[in-house]
Amino acid sequence: MSAMKPAASERVFDVGNIVLLCVLSLMFLIPFLAVIATSFISAEEAMRRGAFILIPEKLDFGAYDMLLNRGMIIYNAYKVTLFRVTVGTCLNLLLTATLAYGLARRTLPGRNGLVLIIFLTMIFHGGLIPNYMLIDKLGLKDTLWVLIFPGLISAWNLFIMRNFFLTLPEELEESAIIDGASPPVILWKIVVPLSMPAFATIGLFYAVHHWNDWFSASIYINDQSKMPIQVVMRNILLSGLLQDETQVELIRDPPPAATLKSAVVVVSTLPILFVYPFIQKYFVKGMMVGSIKG
Amino acid sequence: MATTNTAGAKPAAGPGAARRKLWSAIKLHRFYYYLILPGMLYFIIFDYIPMFGVIIAFKDISPFEGVSAIFTSEWVGFKHFIRFWNSYYFWNVMRNTLLISGYKLLFGFPAALLLALLLNEVKHTGFKRIVQTISYLPHFISTVVVAGLVMMVLSTDSGMINAIVVAFGGEPVHFLGDPAYFRSILVLSHVWQTVGWGTILYLAAMTGIDPGLYEAAKIDGASRLRQAWHITLPGITPVIAILLILSIGGLLNAGFEKVLLLYSPSVYSVADIIDTYVYREGLNKLNYSFATAVGVFKNILAMILILGANYVAKKMNQTGIW
Repeated sequence: MSAMKPAASERVFDVGNIVLLCVLSLMFLIPFLAVIATSFISAEEAMRRGAFILIPEKLDFGAYDMLLNRGMIIYNAYKVTLFRVTVGTCLNLLLTATLAYGLARRTLPGRNGLVLIIFLTMIFHGGLIPNYMLIDKLGLKDTLWVLIFPGLISAWNLFIMRNFFLTLPEELEESAIIDGASPPVILWKIVVPLSMPAFATIGLFYAVHHWNDWFSASIYINDQSKMPIQVVMRNILLSGLLQDETQVELIRDPPPAATLKSAVVVVSTLPILFVYPFIQKYFVKGMMVGSIKG
Repeated sequence: MATTNTAGAKPAAGPGAARRKLWSAIKLHRFYYYLILPGMLYFIIFDYIPMFGVIIAFKDISPFEGVSAIFTSEWVGFKHFIRFWNSYYFWNVMRNTLLISGYKLLFGFPAALLLALLLNEVKHTGFKRIVQTISYLPHFISTVVVAGLVMMVLSTDSGMINAIVVAFGGEPVHFLGDPAYFRSILVLSHVWQTVGWGTILYLAAMTGIDPGLYEAAKIDGASRLRQAWHITLPGITPVIAILLILSIGGLLNAGFEKVLLLYSPSVYSVADIIDTYVYREGLNKLNYSFATAVGVFKNILAMILILGANYVAKKMNQTGIW
């Protein structure tokens, strides 16, 4: 009898825990589900049912039609974002990896001084205005490169990468030298293939940053044709309007502002949500690596 | 060439020889210096030039002058710092910054710990993984989307929360424009976005706890709650302590972008933080020197916090972030 008691309370604990976690999971999901639902509500239904609608009676694609078929603004923004994600991430990885690899050489004269120079940038920054003036003077404003150059290397990612290179066994390289391989050959033929997991993790950090970044584009880009998706989304969320030629072309029964806003959130977040389950584990790994001191 | 034989046949290292040796070491590493060069140039241009640019905090620079004005204009000493210190805004932005990030820490920190404890008690690995995946989700979306979700959920005409308020016979509330709610909205949405991701390090630390301890506790008849309290929590105390100390280092970062995206003049009294103040003074009012001075002030305080936090962490555990 007394042996049964803990088992019963155990079960109550387990069930309670699972119910609680299900409720919490719903809390994480509800805002997304509500936005998806709202994006399908037609003007007519919003008029008739009013206020907040959790489940639309029928799926109305008016907002998506307006966003995707009647104007180039979303496509353009996507192109800008894709440009910065691909070109930006490649350059990020190239510069981060070369610098990290060089600084991972234990015998390099001046290594500690160079590391200190980079470390100082992590605790002291020029701040908003000096950065703004620099970008202005370099003539980067209103160019696509302003989305890439100022953030080429994150010192944090650099140190993660360097720690990774430091864990590669030195014997590998020594034996390659005995076989007559030159430093560039060692880097390209031995180090790079071994470092693919680190490249994947750090590359994803950079790529998600490029996808999500809003602030730098919002202050440096005024030309609408160069605005990335986050800036365009922000403008639509603020105004509830598409700010381009579609406004000239009159649409019968335009979707309600809330529907249009929801649709733009869905359109600009869906790609991330689709790849997210596949990249999640790399992020968790990177988080662990970053937290372990080298 | 002066070579003095001191010990046996070995040529001694005079200053010239040392320099030659260093030079040959540098030449030997030529390839690595080429690799480093572009990256170092990046840090010099995009970090060190702006760092040097903080001298404008001690001058009177307007955006309409040429770049040479930075060098030729007169020094004004700590004028801008003193003006900030004496202004009405000083206490307002300091208080808001510390309150917002303090509340985020106060609620966000235990929330992640609690969620990790709950997840750790789940035996079914499939269910656990699903909940984890869902809870990480908000971490990956952009600040603009989070702000958009907040605006839509709280909207007066089509928002979920106001629909509930109206269903219970209330009047719709303009939550984002009301100083009584603004900080709570920031803190709640912060917890929503970060709590899942915050469990990762705790859960990793929990897997390192000796399972024998749980076995022994079970034989002694300890309930699951008591096991969590007496075994799991003490087992991850070092991780909790380190994370807590390190988050003190970020206390002056109250979430600039989200405040900027959500606030409006009607809530400046509770929402305006140092970073948004710098942004408005600098980029809207074009007071370049003054805004830079406020930024430098914040940076120095933050530096003290970070170095202090790291010092304490190292003392405690021999593991800082560097």
